[in-house]
Amino acid sequence: MAEFRFCVSVMPKPGILDPQGRAVEGSLPYLGVDSVSSVRIGRRVELTVEAATESGARTIVERLADDLLANPLIEAWTAEAIV
Amino acid sequence: MKVGVVVFPGSNCDRDALHAARLAGAEALSLWHEQTDLHGADALILPGGFAYGDYLRAGALARFSPIMGAVSDHAARGGLVLGICNGFQILAEAGLVPGALVRNASLRFEHRWIRLRVERRDTPFTSAVPDGMTLRMPVAHGEGCYVLPAADLRSLEERRGVLFRYDSPEGNPNGSAHDIAGVIDQAGNVCGLMPHPERASEAVLGSDDGLLLLRSLVASAAAAVAVPA
Repeated sequence: MAEFRFCVSVMPKPGILDPQGRAVEGSLPYLGVDSVSSVRIGRRVELTVEAATESGARTIVERLADDLLANPLIEAWTAEAIV
Repeated sequence: MKVGVVVFPGSNCDRDALHAARLAGAEALSLWHEQTDLHGADALILPGGFAYGDYLRAGALARFSPIMGAVSDHAARGGLVLGICNGFQILAEAGLVPGALVRNASLRFEHRWIRLRVERRDTPFTSAVPDGMTLRMPVAHGEGCYVLPAADLRSLEERRGVLFRYDSPEGNPNGSAHDIAGVIDQAGNVCGLMPHPERASEAVLGSDDGLLLLRSLVASAAAAVAVPA
């Protein structure tokens, strides 16, 4: 068995209201920034999986992402191996 | 007729729900989330609060509590389940009612009195509400904005799955699609709503309109009223 570290990024799906992103965007003028738009705020989850292979570890990460880390109705996720 | 109130770590409206269920004429008991036995409860309430601190997403961790298997089985048998506020969020995360509850459009925790329009009275949750009456009760939530993909929202409306909408003059407190405050599942025996009927169950609290929902639940469970198609 080996340990594999993954990062799962969870983001609100396009079209889903993201009031946090909108609030951040709304405060940009106070910083004198007018060149930034489409701010979206999500979540990054890092975790370590014990498995025989990286693909075995990835299968577990994908199940967690689908069932728990993201709500598929409103969020999309991507998973990548990290060090 | 027994109402079971499920208590998660972080539930904080469970005692109010027990009290309101008793006012509505039921025997009421607490069910700790780690147990898997419903102790003969005929109807279930998932109360408000902040189960598991609302970590990750409101309701996301609570839906995996040991008792949730028994709650799903109870629902699958046609048993009544009412989710209030955080309880609604848990039912939505568990897929027992459609939709998701996200951060309020205002980004504020909205706690105030609102008015509810009752869209259907032919359900076990609304049968005691007089025709044409709107209900006054409080909301208290940070994540109550109801969302559903457009196509699903259309089919929800078509099957008359919207049970409660925020009404004037106070209006929609959280930015919910179609002013949705509460929904009912396809089979008609699982209901979730963001406002708190149990906090409006005695005149001294400012309103006893919410008691009508508890009375509906208790009467329906007692009579094992056929659920609407």
